[in-house]
Amino acid sequence: MDLPTVWFLLIAVLFTGYFILEGFDFGVGMLLPVLGRDDRERRVLINTIGPVWDGNEVWLITAAGGLFAAFPGWYASLFSGFYLPFLLVLLALIFRGVAFEYRHKRPDARWKARWDAAIFLGSLIPAAIWGIVLGNLLRGVPLDAHHDYTGGLLDLLNPYALLGGATTTALFVTHGAVFLALKTTGDIRARAGRLAARSALATTLATGAFLAVGLTIRNTPAAVALAVAAAVALAGMLAATRVRREGWAFVGTAAAIGLTVATLFAALFPTVLPSTTDPAGTLTVANAASSPYTLKVMTWVAAFFTPVVLAYQGWTYWVFRKRIGVANIPHP
Amino acid sequence: MDALDVARWQFGVTTVYHFLFVPLTIGLSVLVAILQTRWHRTGELRYLRLTKFYGKLFLINFAMGVVTGIVQEFQFGMNWSDYSRFVGDVFGAPLAIEALLAFFLESTFLGLWIFGWDRLPRRIHLATIWAAAIGSTLSAYFILAANSWMQNPVGYRINPDTGRAELTDIVAVLTNKVTLVTFPHTLAGCFLVAGALMVSIALWHLRRPSGRKADEAGSDAGARQDPATDGNTTAGEDRAAFRFAARFGAWVTLAAAVAVVITGDLQGKIMTQVQPMKMAAAEALYTTEAPASFSVLTVGSLDGDRELFAIKIPYLLSFLGTGDPNGQVQGINDLQAQYVAQYGPGSYTPVIPVTYWSFRFMIGFGLAAAAIAAWVLWAQRRGRTPNSRWLVRAGLVMPVLPLAANCFGWIFTEMGRQPWVVFGEMLTRDGVSRSVSLAEVLTSFTAFTLVYATLAVVEVRLLLRYARAGLPDTTPPPEPAPGADDDENRPLAFAY
Ligand code: HDD
Ligand code: HEM
Ligand code: HEM
Repeated sequence: MDLPTVWFLLIAVLFTGYFILEGFDFGVGMLLPVLGRDDRERRVLINTIGPVWDGNEVWLITAAGGLFAAFPGWYASLFSGFYLPFLLVLLALIFRGVAFEYRHKRPDARWKARWDAAIFLGSLIPAAIWGIVLGNLLRGVPLDAHHDYTGGLLDLLNPYALLGGATTTALFVTHGAVFLALKTTGDIRARAGRLAARSALATTLATGAFLAVGLTIRNTPAAVALAVAAAVALAGMLAATRVRREGWAFVGTAAAIGLTVATLFAALFPTVLPSTTDPAGTLTVANAASSPYTLKVMTWVAAFFTPVVLAYQGWTYWVFRKRIGVANIPHP
Repeated sequence: MDALDVARWQFGVTTVYHFLFVPLTIGLSVLVAILQTRWHRTGELRYLRLTKFYGKLFLINFAMGVVTGIVQEFQFGMNWSDYSRFVGDVFGAPLAIEALLAFFLESTFLGLWIFGWDRLPRRIHLATIWAAAIGSTLSAYFILAANSWMQNPVGYRINPDTGRAELTDIVAVLTNKVTLVTFPHTLAGCFLVAGALMVSIALWHLRRPSGRKADEAGSDAGARQDPATDGNTTAGEDRAAFRFAARFGAWVTLAAAVAVVITGDLQGKIMTQVQPMKMAAAEALYTTEAPASFSVLTVGSLDGDRELFAIKIPYLLSFLGTGDPNGQVQGINDLQAQYVAQYGPGSYTPVIPVTYWSFRFMIGFGLAAAAIAAWVLWAQRRGRTPNSRWLVRAGLVMPVLPLAANCFGWIFTEMGRQPWVVFGEMLTRDGVSRSVSLAEVLTSFTAFTLVYATLAVVEVRLLLRYARAGLPDTTPPPEPAPGADDDENRPLAFAY
C-alpha cells in the first residue's frame, strides 16, 4: 500500500473516531432539554460528558490537522467550498464549549437557561451539518479545474445531503441516549433507555436509506461489504436497545456510526472530492496528497504517538467509569 | 474593500483574540501546578486554597482559548485555500503534530484534573496538572514552528511541476533559528501575563478591609472545616495566602520580564538577518545607517521626508540588530530597491506606522508591568503590607499591560512580514481563497466579531466575579481508597 493510501485510511479513521466519540456527546447535548427535566437532572447529563468532551473534540482538530498535512488540496477545497456550513459549525462549537464551562458559574436561572440552549443548538447544528458534509462528499460538488468550489450554498442543501444530515442527527441522538443509559442511575437511566429504543427505529430507517442511496451514487466492493456490516450493526442496535442491554447497545450504535462513515470513505476511494462539473476538478488521493517525505514523517509520528494517546484517553474513560445520578450532584 | 481585505481583518482579529487567552493558559497552568505541588509537599491548606482559586480563573480562561483555537485551525482552509495548497506539505505537519502531541495531552489531562480530585490518588492528580501544563507549552512550540516557517522558510524546496512548497527536512523546520528564539520569547511573554494577573488579584484582596468576604459566588458549598474559626482568623489566613501570591507572582513577573528582554534582543538580531525589512520598519529607518541609533520617539512625517522631533539613543539600534554598536542597519529605501530587483516590481514595505508603534507599545507596556512588579516587591519587603492606594491602582491595570504587549508584539511580527505571507515565497494576496465571496467573508467576519465581543464581556465579568469572591473554603479531598467505591451517593468533588 502506498503512503497516500495509508493516509487516506488514517484520515478516515480519525473522522470515524471523531464521529463515534463526539457523536455521543452531541447526542447528550441534543437530549438535554428532553431528558433533563430540572436543573439537577440536566447537570447529571452534562457531567456524564464533562471530563471527556474536550478530548473528544480534539479528534476533530487532529483530523483537520492531518487532512491539512497529508492532503492539502483536499483540506483547501473542502474547507473553502463548504464555507458557510463550516462557519456554522465553528460558531456552534464556540458556544457549546463555553457553555459547559460557564453554565454552572452563576446561580441564576436565566443564565443557565441560555447556556442550556447553547448546548442544545451547539450540539444539534454540527450533528446535522456533518451529515450534510458527508452526503456532499460522496455525491460530489461543482469544482473548477483549479479545484475551487463554484457552487453556492443551495447546491450543498440537496436532498441527498439533507438525508445525510438527518442520518447523523438520528445516529447521534440514539448514541447519546444509549450512552446516558449506560452512565446514569435511576429515573434518568430508565427514560434514556426507553428513548433509545424508540429512536433506534428512526435511526435505522434513515441510515439504511442514506447508505442504500449512497451506494447507487458510487460504490466499491469494500463499500458494499461495509454497508452490509453497518446493517448488521443497526440490527444489533435495534435488538439491544429493545431488551435494554446497555453495553451491547452502545457497541451497536458506535459500530453503526463507524461503519456508516467507513462505507462513505470506501465508496469514495480513490477519489477524495469528486467534481460534478469539470472532471479535471476532481481531487483524488494522488493529486491532493503531500509529498512522500511529508507523509513518511507523519506516518512515523502517528505510529509512535497514536497508541499513547489512545492509552491515556482510554484510561480517562476508566477513571470516570462510575455511573452518576441526581444524588451525586453537589448542591450549588 | 474586497474579499482579501476582509479575510485579512478577520484573520488578524480572530488570531489576536485567540492570543488573549493563550498566555494565561500557558502561564497560569504552570503557576497553578506549582501551587499544587507546594500543597502536596507542605500539606498547608493555604496552597490548596490558592490552587483552587487560581485554578478556577484558569479554567474560565481556558474554555475561551479552546473554542477560539478551533477557528484558527479551520481558517487556513476556509479563507486561505491557495495558501494552504501551497504550504500544506510543510506547514500542515507541525499543526497536525501539535494536535496529536499537545492538544490531546492538554485536554485529556485537564479533564482528569478538573474532575479527578476525589478519583485519583494525590500524586497522580498532581501529575495531571503538570501533564496539561506540558501540553500547552508543547502546543506553543509547534504552532510557533509553523509560524516561524512563514517568517523564515527553511527545510523545503519548490516543486517545479506543481509550484508547491515541499518539505525536505523536518528537523530543519523544527529547529528553525527563528523558532528557537521565538519560543522562549513568547513563553516569557506568557509568564509575564500570568504573573501579573496573580499579583493584581492578590494585591486587591490585601488592600480590602479584613474580615469581610464579598459575595460568595465561588465558595465551595460552605464546607468550612472548623466551625470555631471565626471571620477574622479566616481573613488572617486569607491575607497570608494572598501575601504569598503577591510575592510569588511579582517574582514570576520580574523574572519573565528579564527573560523577555534577553530573548527579545536575540530575536532582533535574528530578525535583522532574515527579515531586514522588518527591523527597518520597526524603526522607520529609511536610509541605511552605520552606526544606527534607536528611536525612542520620533515625531515627524513617518514617510521619512522630515523629522520634526526625535529622542534617539545612539548606537542602540546597531547593537540590537547586529550585536555591534557600529554595525550597519539597512534602511527601507535600499531594501525596497533590492527586493524590486530580486522579486520584480511592487511594494515590499509594510505599513510603517503600524510596525513602528506596535514595536514600541510591545516594549513599553511589558516593561511597565515589570516596573509595577518591582514596586510590589519593594512594598512588601521584610514582611510589610503594601498599603499605598496608588500601588493597588497600578496593580489593577497590571495584567492588562503585558496582555497588550503580547498583542502588539504579534501585530508587529505579522504586519512586519507583509506583503508576504510566506517571506520571499508567497504574497498574502495570492494566498486568499478565490471561491469565497465578499458576502461570505463579510458574514463570517461580522459573526466572529459580534460573538467574540459578546463572549469577551461574559468572560471578563465571570473572571471579576470569581476574582472578587476570594479564596474558597475548602477541605482537602479524600484520598480514594483502592477498591472502595463505598458510598454510591457521595457527591462529586467537582461537577459542572
Ligand atoms: C509581554 C510581552 C512582551 C514584551 C514585554 C516584549 N515582547 Fe517582543 N514579542 C512578544 C511579546 C513581548 C510576542 C507577542 O510574544 C512576540 C510576537 C511574536 C513573537 O515571537 O513574540 C514578540 C515579538 C518580538 C519581535 C519580533 C520577532 C520577529 O518578528 O521575528 C522582536 C524583535 C521582539 N519581540 C523584541 C523585543 C524586545 C527587544 C523587547 C524588550 C526589550 C520585547 N520584545 C518585549
Ligand atoms: C497567536 C498569535 C498571532 C497573532 C496575534 C497573529 C496576528 C496576525 C495578524 C495581525 C496578521 C495580519 C493581518 C493582516 O495582514 O491584516 C496575521 C496574518 C497572518 N498570520 Fe498571524 N498571528 C499570530 C500567529 C500566527 C501563527 C502562529 C500563524 C501560523 C501558524 C499565523 C498565520 C498567519 C497567516 C496565514 C496570516 C495571513 C493573513 C494575512 O497576512 O493577512 N499567525 N496574523
Ligand atoms: C494561528 C495559529 C493557531 C492555530 C491554528 C491554533 C490552534 C488551536 C486550537 C485548534 C486550539 C484548541 C485546542 C483544544 O480544543 O484543546 C488552540 C488552543 C490553544 N492554542 Fe492555539 N492556535 C494558534 C495560535 C496559537 C499560538 C501562537 C499559541 C502559543 C504561542 C497557541 C497556543 C494555544 C494554547 C496554549 C491553547 C489552549 C489550550 C488547548 O490546548 O486546548 N495558539 N489553538
